[in-house]
Amino acid sequence: MGSRRPRATRPAAVPAVGSSEPAATPDAARSGTSPDNGPRPGGEVLVKIRGLSFRRGTQVVLHRVDMDIRRGAVTAVMGPSGTGKTTLLKLITGQLRPDAGSIEVDGQPVHTLGKSALFRLRRRMGMLFQSGALLTDLNVFDNVAYPLREHTDLGPSMLRKLVLLKLEAVGLRGARDLMPSELSGGMARRVALARAIALDPDIILYDEPFTGQDPISKGMLVTLIRQLNDAAGLTSILVSHDVDETARIADHLYVISHGEVIAQGTPREIAADRSAWVRQFMDGLPDGPVHFHYPAPPLADDLLPRGAA
Amino acid sequence: MLLDGLARLGRSGLGALERLGRAHLLLAGMVLGIGEILRRPGLLIAQLFNIGVLSMLIIGVSGLFVGMVLGLQGYYVLAQFGAAESLGVMVAASLVRELGPVVTALLVAGRAGSALTAEIGLMKATEQLSGLEMMAVDPVRRILTPRFFGGVLAMPLLAAMFSAVGVLGGYFVGVGLLGVDSGSFWSQMQSKVDFHEDIVNGVIKSVVFGVVVTWIALFQGHDSVPTSEGVSRATTRSVVHAALAVLGLDFVLTALMFGE
Repeated sequence: MGSRRPRATRPAAVPAVGSSEPAATPDAARSGTSPDNGPRPGGEVLVKIRGLSFRRGTQVVLHRVDMDIRRGAVTAVMGPSGTGKTTLLKLITGQLRPDAGSIEVDGQPVHTLGKSALFRLRRRMGMLFQSGALLTDLNVFDNVAYPLREHTDLGPSMLRKLVLLKLEAVGLRGARDLMPSELSGGMARRVALARAIALDPDIILYDEPFTGQDPISKGMLVTLIRQLNDAAGLTSILVSHDVDETARIADHLYVISHGEVIAQGTPREIAADRSAWVRQFMDGLPDGPVHFHYPAPPLADDLLPRGAA
Repeated sequence: MLLDGLARLGRSGLGALERLGRAHLLLAGMVLGIGEILRRPGLLIAQLFNIGVLSMLIIGVSGLFVGMVLGLQGYYVLAQFGAAESLGVMVAASLVRELGPVVTALLVAGRAGSALTAEIGLMKATEQLSGLEMMAVDPVRRILTPRFFGGVLAMPLLAAMFSAVGVLGGYFVGVGLLGVDSGSFWSQMQSKVDFHEDIVNGVIKSVVFGVVVTWIALFQGHDSVPTSEGVSRATTRSVVHAALAVLGLDFVLTALMFGE
């Protein structure tokens, strides 16, 4: 059974806020990658998040979040739109600084690193943005070659071979001369994925990779994310609200709502979780702990003239 | 009520100071990033083409018409005092000292400045700048610095072109259409337009305008709200702020350069 934490209470399985201990899950000691819903890899913790809080103005985006991302695993962070998933990725990559708590990537405290140390760390990270974030004035080949040209002294011949291999890995070697405006949404994300793995990173972060994709593109991305993770020995962090696709490839799931972790575990454990909130999210129920109606006064008060109701 | 008003005023003042601080930090980042364009001069050349070469048509046509109007207006005024032969010096001095730098800066703010703001704003909205940061590439040095120095270098060159074409426009109207003596037109211009006082000061003005116009354009794009409406507002602000800054600075610089 996955550990879960309703907003007001905390079961014992979820680590205490600020604790340096990882979550105690039944299969924590087991190892071996299993992409379906079985045990997750038991590698060392590569990304350690403790007591992470972040605000935008007066709005609390993340509140005392604890997470452990294990090396070699595909870890997914799921939750409805606007619950702070993308913010979490930006905090892990140092694009934002937390108001409280700590984020360590391979032992380095991201939240306190200076610019040059952060840039050195980012060379070991790849990120797939929701929009793809391809440079629109460069063609597909040059987009993938961009990080290699910036950070390596490879000659043109070696660079060409590497870029073509990366494009081959995402099935778009034949599209190398196309401009980003000539790509479909799914192709653009695959090019962005090729660019994200150009420097052979240790960690790759995916921000809503399936959003707005047709079923074929979605299937391709699902397969690619899992295969790249296993073949290249990556550690993947996947942020998504697409339940089925994410559960198919993740080794470990975190479910967050209103900026707090409310459940975590393997896909099988989350599927068996009976809490009302988790069930509403996983089964896509229109009403439940998250109400269908935005808070409002009674309908009669709005429709009838004052005093007539 | 009064306290609310004061609080709003205070917040607005703090917001303005914060923006000013961010703008200066960006300027410092761009200036310190000069090493990037020394390492990769191709980045600067591409921006000189975008900002300078692609603005040549509008600058040339505008310079021609402004020079022609100066020739026409100048002739009617000077002829009343029997000084029509001084038309050349009047046209050249007006262009080199004032109209060349100022009108060029206004045109560049409208044509290239708005394009820079929209480009950087859209790069921000489409996460291209964040994408660069995630590739461990500093977008200020890689994207903004070449555009900044491209604008600073292009402005005096465009202003010089504006003035040169304007003088030809004045010559066409004054000598070609109104019958002013060609020798007087050129010789008076040569003897009365001073290299240091007129031309160098004009160049200094256009360099200052180049810094201000490009800085405002890039800051507005970089600081824009990453939505279509945000980029649209930033583009408008870019042109309005740049135009006001150019006109205000022109007065200050003129007072400093030509005042007693």
